[in-house]
Amino acid sequence: MDLFASLGLQIIYGIANLVLISIGLAVIFGMMRVINLAHGEFLMLGGYTVIVSTNNGVNIWVAMFILAPLIVGIIGLIVEWTLIRFLYGRMVDTLLATWGLSLFFIGLITTIFGAQTETTIAPPFGPIFIGEYSSSGYELFLIIITILLVILLYLLLRYTKLGLLARGTMQSAEMAAALGISTQRIYSTTFGIGAALSGFAGGLLAPVTGVLPTIGAVYIGKAFITVISGGTAILAGTSSASFLLGGINGIVSFVVGPTMGEVALLLFAIVLLRLMPRGITGHFFKRSL
Amino acid sequence: MVLETRALSMHFGGVVAVDRVDFSLRENELRCLIGPNGAGKSTFFKCLSAQLRPTAGDVVIRDFNVTESETHQVARMGVGIKTQVPNVFDGLDVEENIWLSASQSTSIKRARVITSEVIERLQLGSVRKAQLGALAHGQRQLVELGMVLAGEPWLVILDEPTAGMTQDEVVRTAEIIQEINKSATMIVVEHDMQFIRMIAQKVTVFHQGRILIEGDMDEVSSDERVREVYLGHRRPQ
Amino acid sequence: MKRSQETNALILIGIIGLVTLFGVPLTLDLYSVISLTTAVSLAILALSLGLIWGFGGILCFGQTVFFGIGGYAYAIAALNLGGSAVAIIVAVLVAAAAAVFLGYFMFYGRLSDVYLAVITLTVTLILYSVIRRTSGPEYKIGIAKIGGFNGINVPPINYPWDVNKFLYPEDFFYVAMVALLVTYFFCVWLTKTHFGRVSESIRENEVRTELLGYDVRIYKLCMFTIGGAIAGLAGTMFANSIGRITPDVFNLYNAALTIIWVIIGGRGTLIGPVLGALIFFYITSLLGQQNVVNINLFLGLVLIIFVLVVPKGIVPSLVQIWVRRRSRRLTAHSARRMRRRGRSRVTEVAVEE
Repeated sequence: MDLFASLGLQIIYGIANLVLISIGLAVIFGMMRVINLAHGEFLMLGGYTVIVSTNNGVNIWVAMFILAPLIVGIIGLIVEWTLIRFLYGRMVDTLLATWGLSLFFIGLITTIFGAQTETTIAPPFGPIFIGEYSSSGYELFLIIITILLVILLYLLLRYTKLGLLARGTMQSAEMAAALGISTQRIYSTTFGIGAALSGFAGGLLAPVTGVLPTIGAVYIGKAFITVISGGTAILAGTSSASFLLGGINGIVSFVVGPTMGEVALLLFAIVLLRLMPRGITGHFFKRSL
Repeated sequence: MVLETRALSMHFGGVVAVDRVDFSLRENELRCLIGPNGAGKSTFFKCLSAQLRPTAGDVVIRDFNVTESETHQVARMGVGIKTQVPNVFDGLDVEENIWLSASQSTSIKRARVITSEVIERLQLGSVRKAQLGALAHGQRQLVELGMVLAGEPWLVILDEPTAGMTQDEVVRTAEIIQEINKSATMIVVEHDMQFIRMIAQKVTVFHQGRILIEGDMDEVSSDERVREVYLGHRRPQ
Repeated sequence: MKRSQETNALILIGIIGLVTLFGVPLTLDLYSVISLTTAVSLAILALSLGLIWGFGGILCFGQTVFFGIGGYAYAIAALNLGGSAVAIIVAVLVAAAAAVFLGYFMFYGRLSDVYLAVITLTVTLILYSVIRRTSGPEYKIGIAKIGGFNGINVPPINYPWDVNKFLYPEDFFYVAMVALLVTYFFCVWLTKTHFGRVSESIRENEVRTELLGYDVRIYKLCMFTIGGAIAGLAGTMFANSIGRITPDVFNLYNAALTIIWVIIGGRGTLIGPVLGALIFFYITSLLGQQNVVNINLFLGLVLIIFVLVVPKGIVPSLVQIWVRRRSRRLTAHSARRMRRRGRSRVTEVAVEE
């Protein structure tokens, strides 16, 4: 029984992990159909913000909940302002340019901080015990934070003015413009929020994974697969895809091993996309957020 | 019966674009589909070309049920398709565009012959080496028509073939269409009433996803309901 | 470019190729020859992407998947079977099979360009992370241990007709260079066949190609498979030039480089990517030896600048400038002639009056 609880926690954590690393990308993709290949680097920058500031005396909660999203959000706004906005509609060019951006960030951080991390930080919660199995208390914390985040985003999209404007622009940018909404402003804000979410996620994960300049590459594959499998509905898509893919990953990892777990995730996603090329929410839950 | 649809329906979410349409087309007909914007003509067209899979009902071409088929399968049957938005190869020249169509259905050698014939027939000789992306809209439409012809189809379906054309080009297109009709059955979806008058035999009027009335031009244009629903308007320039 | 100009260019390329083939081992030192062999294998990889992307319109961000699979399959086959020539053939076939498998799911699922690009990128990244973890002795195929992040040491390459006789590095340069030349001219020929023309039309307008009756899925699958096979061949050459194959071939950096070669060199040409790879190999080896500018920083900036400013790449832009200058020269010449003619006509009129 305890084994199941411990295993269950592992799997749920895997799902929450996927949601965390994908949600920033989903927001940007869902709004602007921009596939930001520098997404992994936004996560990485969030991680660096937390680790560097914590190592320099900043309280870890301030670093995670305020500094990381703020700094990476601002970086996102700058990126949108100087690069992305010239490439709207040019999907392939956006892919290429954001890939260049990704390399740029990796190079920049390597130049500033070196290719290895100096120190990591310990997860702020110790282990919790379920019978004779110990699980990471921090992982439980992350699960709770992820659930809260999703709820917060839902409320934001559904009940605030910004959320309504965002949803309108997502459905028809031309109509929104005709109603006097500055779509450029919406896009900039969305990109910034997407970046902030990614920075937040990266910061939260820093104690678990440590940071390297190249850690973005670890995130990017899974985040993309999740977002594309999910389809364009930001919350429903990311959640459903994370649930399916994270579940498969978790189960296969437990039965065979973590390596095969990753392979299983990829293969399942490829088959899923073959059956549902527009992602899960392109075929089911079509009107959802 | 060359083409038939039985209770053909196309739903997009809650919107019913095509509503249980029964349609039939006889050998060598030149049928015009008209109707106001949003009447469902183009959606109906896309169901015929297999670009859309209907929500319900059947499309039957020469006794073959093509409802579940892929577009290229329908095209291979000998159906020539010209879409509403011109779909041509902008980066290639006129000759290459037409050759690609011809070479799909015949040998390479014969394809070259057909290409030359089509270019001559449509008087495209002067632009044969011109890049399609550089040509005017009306000429691109003409080249697309040429691509349709080069496949030597026995059924030709055209969606707004004269959109963006000059008056001369419209007249020329009408002549070409009538010539094509000598060897192929045709469906033409159009907005331009003047053009319809030049070519129409039997006309089918669409309204809100259904067929309102079918008949020849005089019958249809004098019908009260058609007048109400669709005042024959000039194509906006 | 006109037909005759194109033929001239091809002849020129052939001559330069032959000169390089025979000249390099005679004039350069051993280290440079080996270095150049690696560069040549990367050029073949660039060619494979230049073919499927520039002509087929298939944007694959993970061409390194087939490059790496080719390299690994070669190493494993060479260790198990002993004969290098057979191992090369096996490797190319395995890479092609992988392309068929992946391609089937992507093209028959009618995935759009963008999704395709990202999925292929993800596959290469996953292969990287999975193979890195195969260090234990239990991970092996036949007698070949996959070796995790250390990779596999490739046995020395031997002659097809005598497996006990080994090739010297200079000799192997011939093999790689011939592979490049043969593959290049094969690709040129392919683009002129009906298959090549249809693939090009798919790139231009997939809908219209389908409306003409072509099953675009099978065309894309074939093109993708050919590209995968060529990338696999490149992988075998690469493994031999370095002496080993490691999971690094699958990493993000190399995947990005492949794209960069094609963009910089010129999408839409076949020689562009080849030149792009060779030039970049030179630049990155220079950069790798110094510590001032981080290589990722440099590559990232280059990519961004090229996408924004020179989207067509070097070779097509140069061709454009050259063509424009030629026509201007003609006009200047004919203008002089026209002016002379016009002057004489004016004097005639003056006389009449």
